[in-house]
Amino acid sequence: MAERVVDRHNEYLRIEGVSKRFGDFAAVDNVSLSIYKGEIFCLLGGSGCGKTTLLRMLAGFETPTSGRILIDGQDMAGIPPYERPVNMMFQSYALFPHMTVMQNVAFGLEQEGVDKNEIRRRVDDMLGIVKLGDFAKRKPHQLSGGQRQRVALARALVKKPKLLLLDEPLGALDKKLREHTQFELINLQEQLGVTFVVVTHDQEEAMTLASRIGVMNKGQIVQVGTPTDIYEFPNSRFVADFIGSVNMFEGKLIEDEPAYVRIGCPELETTVFVSHGISAPPDAQVTVAIRPEKIEMSRTAPASGENHVTGVVKEIAYMGDLSIYLVRLPAGRLVRVTIPNVERHDERIVWDETVHLSWHSSSPVVLIQ
Amino acid sequence: MKQRGWFRGTMLALGLAFLYVPILSMIVFSFNNSRLVTVWDRDNSPTLRWYARLLENDQLLGAAWISIKVAAMTASGAVILGTLAGVVLTRFGPFRGRAFLSAMTTAPLVMPEIITGIAMLLLFVALEQAIGWPSGRGILTITIAHITFAMAYVTVIVQSRLAGFDDSLEEAALDLGAKPATVFFRITLPLIAPALISGWLLAFTLSWDDVVISQFVSGPGSSTLPMEIFSRVRRGVSPDINALATLMVLVVAVGVVLSTLYMRREEQRRLREERMAHNDGNP
Repeated sequence: MAERVVDRHNEYLRIEGVSKRFGDFAAVDNVSLSIYKGEIFCLLGGSGCGKTTLLRMLAGFETPTSGRILIDGQDMAGIPPYERPVNMMFQSYALFPHMTVMQNVAFGLEQEGVDKNEIRRRVDDMLGIVKLGDFAKRKPHQLSGGQRQRVALARALVKKPKLLLLDEPLGALDKKLREHTQFELINLQEQLGVTFVVVTHDQEEAMTLASRIGVMNKGQIVQVGTPTDIYEFPNSRFVADFIGSVNMFEGKLIEDEPAYVRIGCPELETTVFVSHGISAPPDAQVTVAIRPEKIEMSRTAPASGENHVTGVVKEIAYMGDLSIYLVRLPAGRLVRVTIPNVERHDERIVWDETVHLSWHSSSPVVLIQ
Repeated sequence: MKQRGWFRGTMLALGLAFLYVPILSMIVFSFNNSRLVTVWDRDNSPTLRWYARLLENDQLLGAAWISIKVAAMTASGAVILGTLAGVVLTRFGPFRGRAFLSAMTTAPLVMPEIITGIAMLLLFVALEQAIGWPSGRGILTITIAHITFAMAYVTVIVQSRLAGFDDSLEEAALDLGAKPATVFFRITLPLIAPALISGWLLAFTLSWDDVVISQFVSGPGSSTLPMEIFSRVRRGVSPDINALATLMVLVVAVGVVLSTLYMRREEQRRLREERMAHNDGNP
């Protein structure tokens, strides 16, 4: 997860209190966002969370019920899709089936009235960049899925948009190709300096592509932040649960000091010590979230007595690079622990063994909402 | 298995016989030398006598020419209007009166022809009295009347084709800077071309064999071929009508066979190319 620098002084797209209602249903509910020049911003959420509707409003295919969209300072209200400085890559790619690859890519430039030789040159350049130079004369149905995806990308990028909208850009590709294309996409974006707004339901895709992620749920933006922010410091139960896997325990605030807090969790039959302060009312009902890879598992008890429980291994899933353990605590709760398979002939912990689980006091995240 | 094969064969033969024996008998009798249609002249048949007679029959040939003109104009007019209606109904979202328009454009499909015919006749007569147009009834009035019902069929065909294709193609064109009119002519129209062609052919056929409506709105000297045939048959079927009908069947059969062969070849080409694409795009 490389953190790319976001230039926060250079706002390019501004969404101000945008809502889209279909009858009584709010597909997008009062969303405000700033997206900066040159970043890859991912809108991440499950199906029906409103991310695609938001994207379609940016492209001009839907009109906001209320709120404003400004691109480069210009209000987009009433501006039709064909006059916006924005291009979109469709989830289905939407390649024109009756045109060759070259004609597909040239279409947008023809609409601008670009000179014929210039069109030829720019199309050739663009096909070179996406490595499709040899396929210029092919029709879309004569291409594989990955090639089609690159044609769609070339067609959208050849117009040199300042802002490219991508709707599930990798959704139709198989896993291997997806990983490869992911990095190509980032390279291309850096090479051309275009601002990307990507819609995806795939958190892995969002984590690798994005400079910032906006997590959406029920039409609202729940959290905006870098992939690290979102993963390490989720601001709600929804985000913690949606991104990656997490163990969550209900608890009550027992000690609330500026430098640390202590939380009583009945499911853990112990208190959790967290080495940073939180802002919550006293006696608040909170949730402690601990990522499975941040829990240590051993046969011997750790030196410190704090943040330590014992349990019995109930399930082991061997994934190759790591193993997932489900450990049952005395209170009946299952805890998920992931251990990297570093050594080959390790004396691995097996089923029904009693183990000690512990975690560092900086690892738990305390969630109030 | 053997038993079932036998059963299937018989059923197939019976089914085909039900459909094609009447046509076959007509074809056979077109080569009959006898003046009486139903009596086979064993000694002098087969003969091409009636085909030769047909070529000398200016009245029938004239009627055939009128029919072709009317059918071609009808098909073209119906495709233009039907496409417009189809596009409006599928692409313009829910507008006021959409359901009404939808019902009204397809109503002629179920309207009895005889009523359409009477209504058309009354309208033309009233119009002529009111504004002097159309003056008299003839090819023009037949064409207009045919367009009104053929258009309904084209609308249905275009509508289903449009509903079947991904409207993100049109959105993509808009997104790439094409104005709506450009999108229609460069994207929508080429993509629904197959539907337009089949709509045109269907409208042509509908117009070609319509008798009832034509009967009401035709004038002197504008008898279409089916009208001509109909009026002759009323005086008794003459063998040259058999010859004419056989020629028409021949034209249709050749058309169907050619289009089937063409479509099969296209389909095979497409499949081959798709296979090629999946083999890493290398031919």
